[in-house]
Amino acid sequence: MSIDVFIGVIQIILVATTPLVFAAIGELVTEKTGVLNLGVEGMMLVGAVTAFVTLVITGSYTLAFIVSLLSGVLMSGLFAYLVLILMSNQVATGLALTIFGIGLSSMIGKNYIGTPIQGLNPYFFVALSFLIVFLVSYFFYKTKLGLIFRAVGESHSSSHALGYSVIKVRLMGILFGGSMCALAGSYMSICYAPMWQENMTAGRGWIALALVVFATWKPGRILVGAYIFGGVSILQMNLQAWGVNFPGQFFNMAPYLATMIVLIIISSNRLRIKLSAPASLTIPFFKGR
Amino acid sequence: MINFIPELEARGNPSTTMNFLVPVIAVTLTILTGSVIFAMMGFDPLYALHTFFISPISTSYGISELLVKATPLALIAVGLAFCFKNNLYNIGAEGQLTMGAVFGGGIGLLFYDTSGFWILPLMIIGGAIGGALWGLIPAVLKVRFNTNEILTSLMLVYIALLILDYLVVGPWKDPQGYSFPKTRKFGDSGRMPLLFSGLRVHFGIIITLIGVFASWFIFSKTMLGYQLKVSGYSPIASRYAGFNQNYLIYTAFIFSGAFAGIAGLGEVSGPIGLLYRDISPNYGFTSIIVAFLGRLHPIGIIFASLVIALTYLGAEDAQLFMQIPAAVGFVFQGLVLFYLLGTELLVNFKIVFRKNI
Repeated sequence: MSIDVFIGVIQIILVATTPLVFAAIGELVTEKTGVLNLGVEGMMLVGAVTAFVTLVITGSYTLAFIVSLLSGVLMSGLFAYLVLILMSNQVATGLALTIFGIGLSSMIGKNYIGTPIQGLNPYFFVALSFLIVFLVSYFFYKTKLGLIFRAVGESHSSSHALGYSVIKVRLMGILFGGSMCALAGSYMSICYAPMWQENMTAGRGWIALALVVFATWKPGRILVGAYIFGGVSILQMNLQAWGVNFPGQFFNMAPYLATMIVLIIISSNRLRIKLSAPASLTIPFFKGR
Repeated sequence: MINFIPELEARGNPSTTMNFLVPVIAVTLTILTGSVIFAMMGFDPLYALHTFFISPISTSYGISELLVKATPLALIAVGLAFCFKNNLYNIGAEGQLTMGAVFGGGIGLLFYDTSGFWILPLMIIGGAIGGALWGLIPAVLKVRFNTNEILTSLMLVYIALLILDYLVVGPWKDPQGYSFPKTRKFGDSGRMPLLFSGLRVHFGIIITLIGVFASWFIFSKTMLGYQLKVSGYSPIASRYAGFNQNYLIYTAFIFSGAFAGIAGLGEVSGPIGLLYRDISPNYGFTSIIVAFLGRLHPIGIIFASLVIALTYLGAEDAQLFMQIPAAVGFVFQGLVLFYLLGTELLVNFKIVFRKNI
């Protein structure tokens, strides 16, 4: 393999892995505050379509990203209202958000399938994804507010007793997660693809959820996990291109099988997973009166 | 000014009335929201609602189609109830359905030129085994390695779909099918008998009703049902009572997977008649909504399956007559689940109206 091919592969991996990093770091922040949002896939799709449609209509990239982030805030705000105020089941609400997002994005994007656009240079976003991971890590482990966020995720009753607003912290965690998922989606439709297609995220939202577990809720490890996954899936595409004779379907299973194997390795040490996972994950908070 | 943050007061006991009313409220609110969405898209809401909810079921053919769609939904949903009652979030029914179709359908392909009354029952058993085995994987991983069943069952969906894809473009491809990715047709003995000539409603609906009745019996009359319920309400109490948690996990996933597998086999040996890529329009995922909307109760699930089946038919008609993408069905399905989950707190809480908050 010549050096050019090698650099080419690295570039492809960087560009393909970035949406996973955005979505996973957003979900990590949400989960750190004690909330599991399974709506990642739906929020990514709505983020992707709103960015794309805004770009086609207005021609402004800035506006496209603003509208997309706003859609992420709205979608996750809906989720937050249900799980925080109405105390609904987080697993079911997240699933509803994904199903709703799949439907909504297809409806919004109906007339825009196949519309050509000028894609943006992705490397700004690649760099941004590394920066965000660093900032999130700094926030959680070096700032007071970050400590409060982690405390709320570990024990909401203790945090409440100390006078911190559990609902406000969780709302911020959920909204940050939603905007990151929308950013992941808009990156896909404007830089990576660049186009709109129904269900174009193709299960990346679910892999992002698995990455949070893989990273044992540590921000830095999101990068490690995402790049292992990204690398494996690009390698599998290249093996096919290099003429390795093996049914393509089995290569395509690789990311899902890898996710499962990693989950087994991470989870089998019960003590470690217990110490890493936010203790209040999925437990609703009711102040009582 | 509407107060979006309700004042809540915990009820001593869950309200039975609300338990029944919540799904009704959710469906009503969904229809209201739907008419607002249609109006915003520039349609006469009454015409749109009629197209979506009434005209699809105004003929006997329409009713039959409704039952064809409700058949797999209800069966998968009662299966899921075994898991959900015990707080096991099996969201991989789509994969279990696919593997049921692969195992049962494989038997059908093996005997495509044979006839005999035993072929269909054999296929159904194959479907149940395929689904149950696929459902057992997340259960075994959870028991042995403590993995999260939400993620593993979901990853297995994608793997199952790829296995089906490999089979229909590779070894099982119809030799006379040119290059279409589909298998040959099952023989007549491998097809679900139709209940009425000219209508697509098939024997699978009887299987679904048997499955629903069997689960009602298990939930309300057997020790297993009691154990599932107790360990769902309070895992600590269940452990203290000496219930075997691992056994409960395995059983819930076996039932859930087997029911989904039979539903998948019912689809391929019923309306479809062969194997190809898109055997299920997301039935496995939609059944999760059906299970919740039916409050995990077998009778409730029957009603819920009819309501959700109507969103499929309505979406098809909306696409045909109003040029709205069929994905609008997913919007309605998402909305109904949102409203259901949002109003669910009425079961356990009272809303208290106070002035000057």
